[in-house]
Amino acid sequence: MHLMLEFGGGLELLCESVKVHNVNVDMPKGADKLTMKDLLAWVRTNLIKERPEMFMKGESVRPGVLVLVNDCDWELSGQLDTTLEDKDVVVFISTLHGG
Amino acid sequence: MEADAKPMKLGGRLCCVCNQRRAALKRPKTLEQICRECFYAVFEEEIHQVILENKLFKPGERIAIGASGGKDSTVLAYVLSELNRRHNYGLDLFLLSVDEGITGYRDDSLETVKRNELQYGLPLKIVSYKDLYGWTMDEIVKMIGLKNNCTFCGVFRRQALDRGAALLKVDKVATGHNADDIAETVLLNILRGDIARLSRCTSIITGEDGPIPRCKPFKYTYEKEIFMITLGCQSLNELSTYAYFKKLDYFSTECIYSPNAYRGFAREFIKDLERIRPRAILDIIKSGEDFRIATSTKMPEQGTCERCGYISSQKWCKACVLLEGLNRGLPKLGIGRNQGLNSDAKKDIKKDDRTKSIESKQCGSLEF
Ligand SMILES: [Zn+2]
Ligand SMILES: [Zn+2]
Ligand SMILES: [Zn+2]
Repeated sequence: MHLMLEFGGGLELLCESVKVHNVNVDMPKGADKLTMKDLLAWVRTNLIKERPEMFMKGESVRPGVLVLVNDCDWELSGQLDTTLEDKDVVVFISTLHGG
Repeated sequence: MEADAKPMKLGGRLCCVCNQRRAALKRPKTLEQICRECFYAVFEEEIHQVILENKLFKPGERIAIGASGGKDSTVLAYVLSELNRRHNYGLDLFLLSVDEGITGYRDDSLETVKRNELQYGLPLKIVSYKDLYGWTMDEIVKMIGLKNNCTFCGVFRRQALDRGAALLKVDKVATGHNADDIAETVLLNILRGDIARLSRCTSIITGEDGPIPRCKPFKYTYEKEIFMITLGCQSLNELSTYAYFKKLDYFSTECIYSPNAYRGFAREFIKDLERIRPRAILDIIKSGEDFRIATSTKMPEQGTCERCGYISSQKWCKACVLLEGLNRGLPKLGIGRNQGLNSDAKKDIKKDDRTKSIESKQCGSLEF
């Protein structure tokens, strides 16, 4: 599945200062959809190069990180349960004091 | 959370205000689902109401917006210039920035402020440490070395803002502190047992007894919403990554070189609470407001510094004591309990011993 991921508010510094990533993410084995929960695990493994604790806490983003799916607050679409579709745009922005 | 609703993602739910457009944001304060257009309107209207209800400004006043180049003060400059025009506040607005003189640190954010000057047509004043104190922060650090209880940032920055405001002859300084900042400060004051500052830090106007009062129009505004505003507005969105990441809102008087770890934990705790119950932020502020200091707690007497005329409860203000140390090559002067210069002028303040030493009022001391 092709997705566009955008990192801002300093989070891009955790992935080699690249703000926009065009990526292909496969659905988890045996699943028929890709959720935000799956995507976060994928991002952590494949894109985050340093200080993952700045990005994630548990299996979700760290509180204070805003997530927009297709320009919409992910709190409207079910957060981790949000189902992603081909060509979705996901934006992560940190509002926290950096380090 | 509401798993049933998720197939709606693409079509989306409708805005609870206009019932026409797709909702883009869940408001933390009210949990309302609202579209972008309605959100901007509601956001600006709420700030307007806060300004009216708290009588933050009077017609004809000159107001400096403490501009750090960060998102809060940038949005504040945008909203205030907009409301001033729309509702005929009759204010003369200015942007006021402080340049600490730190190579590679302030450059980006000062660029942002300069862009704001053009975008909103507000005159900009930049005051520099070099001009005010004769020292840049770089030079100070070279002299004193890096240590984690730096006293300079908080003292110099607060005073620099006041001096800039005096140069602009403004009646008031408006800062971009938001609800999250204030909740964090309430918590920290509780954790430090600083009850005197606890109730003061929630005031929407402070320093009315001092030379230049300050006000916080975003006192009830969630950080999340300020971010959402910047995202939707192209000009606001241009804020530099650097200013964002470092969150260089220097009016929190945070130390630049050794950010306060305690504060960082409090921030994270608040964000954790917000995720579980967004109202927590406003409730913490409410708790802070409802604390009343026992009248027996004496506040330091206010006088003026004999050397520079700045408000001070001592013979010399803290900046002058620190500067004297720097200029005499004794940077430890004024740091710690033996204040030397002020020892003969110590007032009888029945308070915790710590409040007399500058050391206790380290960077990020918890008033705005
Ligand atoms: Zn609407
Ligand atoms: Zn410092
Ligand atoms: Zn002085």
